[in-house]
Amino acid sequence: MLTGFKRVARLGLISFWRNGLVSVASLSVMVITLFVLGGIILSRAFLLASLDELKSKVDISVAFKETTTEAEVLALKQKLTLLPEVTSITYSSREEELVDFRERNKDNSLLLQSLEEVENPFGARLNIIAADPANYESLVAFLETEDGLEETGGAGIIYDISFKKDVVNKLNRFIEVAQKAGWAIILVLGFSSVVVTFATISLAIYVSREEVSVMRLVGAQNSYIRGPFLVEGLIVGLIAAFVALILLYPATVWLHQLTVKLAVPIDLLSYYLSHLFKLILLLSVVGAGLGIVSSFLALRKHLRV
Amino acid sequence: MIYFDRVSKVYADNFVALDEVSFAVEPGEFVSIVGHSGAGKTTLLKLILAEEEPTTGQVFFHSTNIHELGKRTIPQLRRRIGSVFQDFKLLPGKTAFENIAFTMEASGRDDDEIASDVPHVLELVGLEKKYANFPHELSGGEKQRLAIARAIVNQPDLLIADEPTGNLDPINTMEVVQIFKKINDIGTTVIFTTHNKGIIDELGRRVITLENGRVIRDDKRGKYVI
Repeated sequence: MLTGFKRVARLGLISFWRNGLVSVASLSVMVITLFVLGGIILSRAFLLASLDELKSKVDISVAFKETTTEAEVLALKQKLTLLPEVTSITYSSREEELVDFRERNKDNSLLLQSLEEVENPFGARLNIIAADPANYESLVAFLETEDGLEETGGAGIIYDISFKKDVVNKLNRFIEVAQKAGWAIILVLGFSSVVVTFATISLAIYVSREEVSVMRLVGAQNSYIRGPFLVEGLIVGLIAAFVALILLYPATVWLHQLTVKLAVPIDLLSYYLSHLFKLILLLSVVGAGLGIVSSFLALRKHLRV
Repeated sequence: MIYFDRVSKVYADNFVALDEVSFAVEPGEFVSIVGHSGAGKTTLLKLILAEEEPTTGQVFFHSTNIHELGKRTIPQLRRRIGSVFQDFKLLPGKTAFENIAFTMEASGRDDDEIASDVPHVLELVGLEKKYANFPHELSGGEKQRLAIARAIVNQPDLLIADEPTGNLDPINTMEVVQIFKKINDIGTTVIFTTHNKGIIDELGRRVITLENGRVIRDDKRGKYVI
């Protein structure tokens, strides 16, 4: 049993080596497939990080009337904190708002001068970030209802709720589309990779059909004839995984530079390195599986042994 | 050892390759089968190797009906029959040594046996120095001798050869025939098809003559008479 396995493995290895160009062809196709797969995994990490970044930039900004007291604002903040859909709330007092405004307009001396003439015209402000942009509408509704209630003054303490509705809606749609497109790309590329790999390995096996008929005539069992082809498929898959992994490194470096430019807070390079083991495992398993399955299907098609 | 019992073979296009053929071959015999092209010689050998099924009749190897064997037992039958072909049927991607070793591996022989038997059988056919050559690096005669070495390495009970000298020049032809005689002398049964009158007359052994799929002569010490 062990001898048989050893022999089949050796025959597969020898035939991979001697098949030269055909092996290189199968290998190239497989490398492209696995590179694309690895690329999709890394791009997904990049895309998700970009979306998170975008999400965190979109928030609900609640401006309070200048007459509203700090205690009233903090009471509302307390209520908001209890809501599960709220991720974080930052409170900015009237004074902070004024400093902030001054800072933003430090070049506009006319504006700053006219600001000196009046008392601080700014109300306090709450910036609310939700876990999911889809929650913004309900949060705004909550604020509007809350503002009408007796305990917060009844007459209303809120001056304005600005909520980048369009941005949020677009973002939601984008996330949906991006996820669907991602799956579609994986499906289409995955399918065409299987077909091309199958066709290439199939060709290699078709070329060997004469040889197989001779093997049958000298009394070789089916497993002994098929085995080396499966081993060849396995070798192609594993080498391709290794090559794809090496090629992914410069691609990651390039993508990393892009993320720095776009100020997306993800270090793809360290993502690649910290997920290296997972990537090796995934690409090897997919490569080996693809190689063996393609060989198996091609054997069924061309060699009825 | 081999027994054909009223065997007919009709191919899909209604071509009758064999028509009610019956004969028996005893252990240790050297039988030549002669006939024109299309007389049914190759079909007859294919039936022995279970490459083809008879349309009617039965073929026995010892007491086994060859065509009742299952898919898994056919390889075992083929390991007991050495076969040599006009076009050699060597494995082009394997060296001379590997071509023979493959047959032994396929029969489940262990590595020690392979290491000792392959050089021995290569020496027997005069190819000991060509063990590392691929088939395309060998001459026609050398290829056929390699094919014979492969056919006998598992010490088969029966050696069948389909026009083994068809592609060879007269000198190589005689060499190959001498090897077959030697193999027969040590007790292996040989069934041999040919067109070559010279070989038959030189051998002076049993000759079965086929014509249009029928046995028309079966002579104990035959001559080529068609």
